Amino acid sequence: MAEVAPATKKPAQVDDKIHTWPHLVRGEFLVTIFVLVVLTLWAMLLDAPLEEPANPTRTPNPSKAPWYFLGLQEMLVYYDPWHAGVVLPTLIIIGLMVIPFIDINPAGNGYYCFKDRKYEILTFFFGFHILWVSMIIIGTFFRGPGWNLFWPWEHWDPHKVAALTNVDLPYLVGFRNQTLSVLFGLFCVVAYFVVGMALFYYWVVRIKGKEFMERWGPVRFGITAFLIVTMLALPVKMFLRLAFNVKYIVATKYINI
Amino acid sequence: MALKDKIEEIKKDIVESHVWKAIFRHGYEDTPRNRVLMVTANVWLHLHPAKVRRHGVRMRFTWCMGGLTFLMFLMTVITGIYLMFYYRPVGEYAFADMQYLEQDMPFGMLMRNMPRWAAHAMVVFVWLHMFRVFLTGSYKPPREFNWIVGVLLLVLTLLLSFTGYLLPWDQLSIWAVPVGSNMARASPLLGHEGPFHEFVGANPIYDARAFLFGGGEIGPHTLLRFYILHCIFIPLVASLLMAVHFWRIRRDGFSGPSL
Ligand code: HEM
Repeated sequence: MAEVAPATKKPAQVDDKIHTWPHLVRGEFLVTIFVLVVLTLWAMLLDAPLEEPANPTRTPNPSKAPWYFLGLQEMLVYYDPWHAGVVLPTLIIIGLMVIPFIDINPAGNGYYCFKDRKYEILTFFFGFHILWVSMIIIGTFFRGPGWNLFWPWEHWDPHKVAALTNVDLPYLVGFRNQTLSVLFGLFCVVAYFVVGMALFYYWVVRIKGKEFMERWGPVRFGITAFLIVTMLALPVKMFLRLAFNVKYIVATKYINI
Repeated sequence: MALKDKIEEIKKDIVESHVWKAIFRHGYEDTPRNRVLMVTANVWLHLHPAKVRRHGVRMRFTWCMGGLTFLMFLMTVITGIYLMFYYRPVGEYAFADMQYLEQDMPFGMLMRNMPRWAAHAMVVFVWLHMFRVFLTGSYKPPREFNWIVGVLLLVLTLLLSFTGYLLPWDQLSIWAVPVGSNMARASPLLGHEGPFHEFVGANPIYDARAFLFGGGEIGPHTLLRFYILHCIFIPLVASLLMAVHFWRIRRDGFSGPSL
């Protein structure tokens, strides 16, 4: 990334340094002891679960992943497994890794500051706290047998009937021909991305100005826009599913989106 | 008076004895030079710089989260090794060993709980650590690379927890794994239910899931595979990356407002 401004500042004369020993080491030592005491107490009071021996022939209902993966399991509801299980996690990891390269705002390096980095912080907040954490909460407390939605206080009725009326979007709007359905579905997906990225472009230009967009460059813009539009596709898809029972937008033999 | 002198004398005798000097080499005087030496001459402490900027020591800057993630990692290593003495990663024994540990071993339950909860805490801490690094913008130049190393560590942390989840070999653990197996099975090209698998020739006993599970279905072979991943392979890779992570923190300098 050639344009990244080198952050090296001329070392100022002020010296605000203090000795690691004792100042930092003392703090680390005390915090370590405190946390270890808490951990030990916790381990004495709360036992790790151990259920019946493993039995591959008896599937518990529901079978839940460990809580930190419930976001993934929850995404499986809305997307095909290859999409929720492989493509999206890969995009999340890559998306996290590219953050330092797409964020060219030099402000807020090394200190807490909301004002100068509103949009960056809000985006992170949305992706991490709203999407990821809330899906974990839904998966932990609101999913019961058959991966149906239950209130936490509701009885887990394994025979709860959830109408399987989900249909693909092309079918919903009246397409019955397979080829036309696929074409229409593909059109919707492409249109979603084109419109989404275009809107994002105009929004950035309006908020930050043309000059910023030039400095940002097409590659960085493209990657950011793609990731953000993909991220927003999750709530969009959740909405379509919950409100209109839409299953997939494109359904083919190979790939469903 | 006399008593105090006496104590001083005894103290002096002890401190100057051959044995004491063999162990401690010299006394400690609180001079700036010694403060620096305490850090640079100590194999553990010299991970730190000799001096740090004032803001970096404050808890409200780092929330201690990076360090505590590391502490949790160390805890799981130590208590985990203890468990390895009592646990056999074999289909017939694994569950029985857990029961034996819980019911017949003195402090066995405690020793089982420790790595368990430490691992959960590690996941939470690593997320919070990432959040604080984001909030302080500490991934900005020159620390981009360390952020990438961090993301890899995050993935490894999750994988460590995930592989460990299978080891008790009870209903909870083997039925948590299918989520991962669904993912592997559905990977494009490489999974036998993924898109385009025909072109690669992936089938249920020869695909990404079989590679991960050591066979077409989850079974004792999976247990051994996860055990080795959990106890040897991933911790090794994670330790290497942590070494890089810590080294880069020193090289890049700890972030902070410019002076
Ligand atoms: C096993 C996981 C990890 C361990 C043990 C670890 C440990 C540490 C420690 C001890 C520090 C020193 C400062 C502090 O405590 O905040 C640090 C700093 C840092 N970590 Fe991590 N970390 C881990 C994961 C991550 C992750 C997931 C990220 C980001 C995605 C990350 C990015 C960074 C960066 C950029 C710094 C430099 C911060 C600065 O200069 O202010 N680390 N890490």
